[in-house]
Amino acid sequence: MNGVPMVHADRVSKRFGSNRVLRSISLTVDPGEVLCLVGPSGSGKSTFLRCINHLERVDAGRLSVEGQLVGYRQKGEKLYELKPKEAAFQRREIGMVFQRFNLFPHLTALENIIQAPMRVKGMSKAKATQRALELMERVGLGDKAGHYPAHLSGGQQQRVAIARALAMDPKLMLFDEPTSALDPELVGEVLDVMKELASTGMTMIVVTHEMGFAREVADSLVFMDGGVVVESGNPREVLSNPQHERTQAFLSKVL
Amino acid sequence: MKNGPVHGGTAAARTDALTDDQEGEAIKAIALRHPWRILIAVVLVLMLAVFVLDAAQRPDYGWADVGKYVFDKRISRAALVTLQLTVYAMVIAIVLGLVLAIMRLSPNPVVKSVAWLYIWIFRGTPVYVQLVFWGIVSLIYPVLTVGIPFMTPWMSFHNDIFTNLFATAVIGLALNEAAYMSEIVRAGLLSVDDGQEEASRALAMSWGQTMRIVVVPQAMRIIIPPTGNEVISMLKTTSLVAAIPLSIDLYGVSRGISAVTFTPVPLLIVASLWYLLFTSILMVGQHFIEKRYARGSGQRKADKS
Repeated sequence: MNGVPMVHADRVSKRFGSNRVLRSISLTVDPGEVLCLVGPSGSGKSTFLRCINHLERVDAGRLSVEGQLVGYRQKGEKLYELKPKEAAFQRREIGMVFQRFNLFPHLTALENIIQAPMRVKGMSKAKATQRALELMERVGLGDKAGHYPAHLSGGQQQRVAIARALAMDPKLMLFDEPTSALDPELVGEVLDVMKELASTGMTMIVVTHEMGFAREVADSLVFMDGGVVVESGNPREVLSNPQHERTQAFLSKVL
Repeated sequence: MKNGPVHGGTAAARTDALTDDQEGEAIKAIALRHPWRILIAVVLVLMLAVFVLDAAQRPDYGWADVGKYVFDKRISRAALVTLQLTVYAMVIAIVLGLVLAIMRLSPNPVVKSVAWLYIWIFRGTPVYVQLVFWGIVSLIYPVLTVGIPFMTPWMSFHNDIFTNLFATAVIGLALNEAAYMSEIVRAGLLSVDDGQEEASRALAMSWGQTMRIVVVPQAMRIIIPPTGNEVISMLKTTSLVAAIPLSIDLYGVSRGISAVTFTPVPLLIVASLWYLLFTSILMVGQHFIEKRYARGSGQRKADKS
């Protein structure tokens, strides 16, 4: 790819009070790459993901998406915090899928999907609806457009959430433990949608405990613990032959 | 539990096996008697009957006068004034309450404190006392001026708002009610899961869009039932506008008539009947609204905009 990485983190740190959740995280995600972030809970994976679309603010280091600093503007030596509107503009091309789906319960599946394209991009309702129906077909829920989230299974809700994020035509998709809140028999249908998405060349950063998915789909894998990147590389190599003892200890428990 | 033979099969197989004729013998026991329940019911009904029969013939109640005044033009016009006071005061209170609630959730500590101070004062003092104060505020501030403090004002005009007693009543009731409404709205806004706001922000929606499209419609489920209570409460609180003093509302006019005719009790009954009529209608309305909003989340039809 021609130079500019999709995501570039250079010694990114973040603390909540005295708790240092991210310590000098450096990593690069190229366009079209699928990166899996794994590690024990509390290791900072989700926080790092949320920093990428500025739901959390970074305290130190530089984090950029497509060469643009996230949440700040640099003028000479000085950094200026972005206005909420400018921060929102940066998020337009970053889709996010949450562990607990976070669908809007008072809106139908279709209405969930069309809100952002209509309100943020100013798309007409007819066009947004047509696009939403295509996306629902793509995630295998063509017949559920009029259903409220409460009437859908967890796996169906998560697939609607993926369609909702895709409706903004993102260049980058962030997945925050997308299958952790699902019953085991529903995990597969969500992973299938994600695999299909990866095969279309979408850049994806996936926080997950699904090592099978990481092995099969990911281009690279990053193991985090205690706010630092412990080990990273080709997922098959890291998973089958971990170098660091913390990685070994973690993988021996989850594999 | 053994309901006959179970052939190690599925739930369906077992359900098939359970037919009516295999059920145990129906229970035909003598029901337990509840003599105290019956006794208490009889005593209550008798007490009520004695009270009603006695009241019907007691001259002080003046039932003939009740019949005469209940549809009196003056009374029905005053009832309309009471309704207007209720509606105007509630509308202002809901808008102001929403503003105060958002101020209290603001990250700006000064804005937050000002809202807190407002609520502290208006909830912490009796509405009757507040109404008396608004009744005399035009004496404290006879002239309103616009300009830079301590300099010659650009404009000054006579304080007319608070010499209009009806407007004073509406403002007085609304300012008090806003403090209560803001707490109701705040509880509603806080009841919406953080993940909702986060998902909306992640979709690049602005704060205003997030509130309008995502948070407020969900908060309404929590906000509407207690707001119905507040409307019913406000309808009755309007009788306190006598403190201003405004006397064209239902209670004021009833008192005015009885002061001339020396029949206070029949007119109290007349006023009460009208209040009961209105509160009953509101209660029925609230019942349906609560039923509509009590349905499981996600069942509610989306607001079409």
